[in-house]
Amino acid sequence: MLETAFFNLFGGLAIAAALGVILSANTMHSVMWLILCFFNASGLFFLLDAEFLGIILILIYVGAVMVLFMFVVMMLEVNVAKKREGWLQYLPVGGMVSLILFIELVAASTSGLFGSEKMATAAHLGKEVSNTEEIGKVLYTQYLLAFEIAAIILLVALVGAIVLTLRERKDAKYQNISKQVQVRKEDRLRKVSM
Amino acid sequence: MVPLSSFLIIGAALFSIGIVGLFLNRKNVITILMCIELMLLAVNINFAAFSHFLGDISGQIMVFFVLTVAAAEVAVGLAILVAYYRQRRSIAIEDINTLQG
Repeated sequence: MLETAFFNLFGGLAIAAALGVILSANTMHSVMWLILCFFNASGLFFLLDAEFLGIILILIYVGAVMVLFMFVVMMLEVNVAKKREGWLQYLPVGGMVSLILFIELVAASTSGLFGSEKMATAAHLGKEVSNTEEIGKVLYTQYLLAFEIAAIILLVALVGAIVLTLRERKDAKYQNISKQVQVRKEDRLRKVSM
Repeated sequence: MVPLSSFLIIGAALFSIGIVGLFLNRKNVITILMCIELMLLAVNINFAAFSHFLGDISGQIMVFFVLTVAAAEVAVGLAILVAYYRQRRSIAIEDINTLQG
């Protein structure tokens, strides 16, 4: 009973926040709504016994990704009024596409294959290990290669982001390391006969 | 107890809202990136729900990888935006057409 109440709360707030993301005129407000949406989604993850993912969602998404979004929104001045003109022009086609998709997905999920009578194993089992330990046991054995590939993807993204935003300023003074290392005593020292 | 289909409906709703957002905010690159995040979140909810109801931890591992790729995508995408803004002083979609030749 309590679980259903919390599910309705988190799910309803997540959908309302998602609507706020796409409907608010100010990009900053959109970022705020998306943060609310992520918090509620993390609540849904907690309901699904995925505590590690719920925490990760808050730490990575809200703590890192959304802060990055905020930085960029504040750095770039965006002309809000120009962005909004004619913004309802594509609502008919977009609304139709997503409405059809939504109806199909709901029809698939309520077809009886995924109802409570078919998959009712959601009773909270008394687990002997925590969710984090459970994930770690599989992640570092069965999915080790995928884990390392994910690490490489993150490294490439890190280097790529730095390279893209790196700016060499002409008026700033830089060290030339190789010149400094290759310098000889004769280059700098001069004997003066007294 | 909440059945699996309720979680799937939440995921479907979030995904559909993300698609509508792509159409509505097609002039704002940052909002488009946020709509992609919404759609990835919907997929993540589906993964976690199936993982829970099937009693298989692999779904949560997939969520982990989706999160990784989404974070990388956002970092590179926003870096491209910043670099582009420095060149052009604008990030409007209709101005990003120099590769058309």
